[in-house]
Amino acid sequence: MKRLLLSLTLGLGLALGSVAVMAQATPAPVTEAATSPDATATAAPAVAVAAPAATTAAASEPAPTVDKGDVAWMMVSTILVILMVVPGLALFYGGLVRSKNMLSVLMQVMVVFSLISVLWAVYGYSLAFGGEGLIIANLDKLFLKGVTTASLADTFTKGVKIPEFIFIAFQATFAGITCALIVGSFAERIRFSAVLLFSVLWFTFSYLPIAHMVWGSGGYLLGKGALDFAGGTVVHINAAMAGLVGAYMVGKRVGYGKEAMAPHSLTLTMVGASLLWVGWFGFNAGSNLESNGGATLAFINTLFATAAAVLAWSAGEALHKGKASMLGAASGAVAGLVAITPACGSVGPMGAIIIGMLAGFLCLWGVSGLKKMLGADDSLDVFGVHGVGGILGALLTGVFTAPALGGTGAADFSISHQVFVQAEGVLITMVWSSVVAFIAYKIADMVIGLRVSEEDEREGLDIRSHGETAYSR
Amino acid sequence: MKMIAAVIKPFKLDEVREALSTIGVQGITVTEVKGFGRQKGHTELYRGAEYVVDFLPKVKIEVAVSDELAEQVIEAIETAARTGKIGDGKVFVFALEQVVRIRTGETGKEAL
Repeated sequence: MKRLLLSLTLGLGLALGSVAVMAQATPAPVTEAATSPDATATAAPAVAVAAPAATTAAASEPAPTVDKGDVAWMMVSTILVILMVVPGLALFYGGLVRSKNMLSVLMQVMVVFSLISVLWAVYGYSLAFGGEGLIIANLDKLFLKGVTTASLADTFTKGVKIPEFIFIAFQATFAGITCALIVGSFAERIRFSAVLLFSVLWFTFSYLPIAHMVWGSGGYLLGKGALDFAGGTVVHINAAMAGLVGAYMVGKRVGYGKEAMAPHSLTLTMVGASLLWVGWFGFNAGSNLESNGGATLAFINTLFATAAAVLAWSAGEALHKGKASMLGAASGAVAGLVAITPACGSVGPMGAIIIGMLAGFLCLWGVSGLKKMLGADDSLDVFGVHGVGGILGALLTGVFTAPALGGTGAADFSISHQVFVQAEGVLITMVWSSVVAFIAYKIADMVIGLRVSEEDEREGLDIRSHGETAYSR
Repeated sequence: MKMIAAVIKPFKLDEVREALSTIGVQGITVTEVKGFGRQKGHTELYRGAEYVVDFLPKVKIEVAVSDELAEQVIEAIETAARTGKIGDGKVFVFALEQVVRIRTGETGKEAL
């Protein structure tokens, strides 16, 4: 136990050290990361300029402008992402479990989201967006030190800024939803305190570095030119791998494969999926950081890809099993949303529809054929939907960003090169997240124990872990 | 006196109640139950997982009647609850030893 903790701390220390060295060795990152012509500005959405510093810098450039419309849009977007988590994701997941575990899932989602939000303010934001670094930023903004109402964060347009506070809040919701997503993999059998400890560890050692590598100033994948507009790798693949590793390590539910574990309320699952869809407009279009044409592209893609995925999943079920189900349509919506997340800012609407359709079909396989092959009890199919959809979306972003296919890529956009870069991002995220998750689960297992007792599991987590029941009998 | 219990299809409950009222039955007890017979269950599919639902929802009614009325009651239930398809249910008849009306303390046929 102690040795593991020690090696983990040591590992992080080394990583931090080497990053600092490498960051110094690396010249200013010249990135054509995002699709907008001002992509370089994206590279450093977090390099907020404190007011005094701005005045000195302003000598050479015009003073940055802050548009009230952008500020309002970012506040609305942030609220929409919160809507995705509580109640959206909570209800989507809650409806899928047995009624005796309903509250445990709602509780895990809500508390994990809140926990990560607080950690984000304490050190998360600083490590992800607090400055330059190849793998991680630094602790300069620990406890949001130095951030005031006058602090500004970059957008995709040069000279256009948003208040740093709203950027911090917006990004906090992303960290929160990512950790909350993992809950679906080990639902119905995990100890509540183990969920919390795991979340803290995984957030610190996997979410923060991956978020920084993809979005942070000087980040490794950003430098490579990986496209991830709203978090396909950072959020979905990252969470899905942690979930899959969790499903293996926590083990199967008692009676899995023998007893019926049918969802207790697909009505609530549908309500949750719909709230996710609505909230996702904030997630995707909000990731544009400005209320302009780029945001409307992300917006329209979020609408069409999702609709296409609902149709594809339903059609796939009807053709394969004879009946199209409500759960299928709801799952299709989430699959489409996941797949369009990395692509929404750079593909055209027709590309979005194709991505959505493919996601619908492929994720249907993800929760049936692939799930059987993997042999893990991923209770609510976090990997089947978020992992498969996320990987597909990340790779197809490299295809449909091509201007010839309706995307916003530059004239010299190379599909094969971009798909290669995308694949690298996917692979790094998968490996990184899995390794961190494995260690984090091990630690949680040794300190607390991952599973509840078999008796508690049979009785239900609501009454045994939280002392209450969802529905009066 | 007889106690007649019948397990029927849930949507037939209203017709059965009407038929029983018509022949003068004063009260019945209704319970929602689950079970299986020759109708068997069905399968439900949730994403990749398939579950066989063995027990189907049914309604069980219980009627306590005098011996004279028993035959009529059985016939009324039979006619009202029949669809002709598998799963229509069954009628069970028991001998009833004693009945007490709690409010007045009446016993036997008086209490029915």
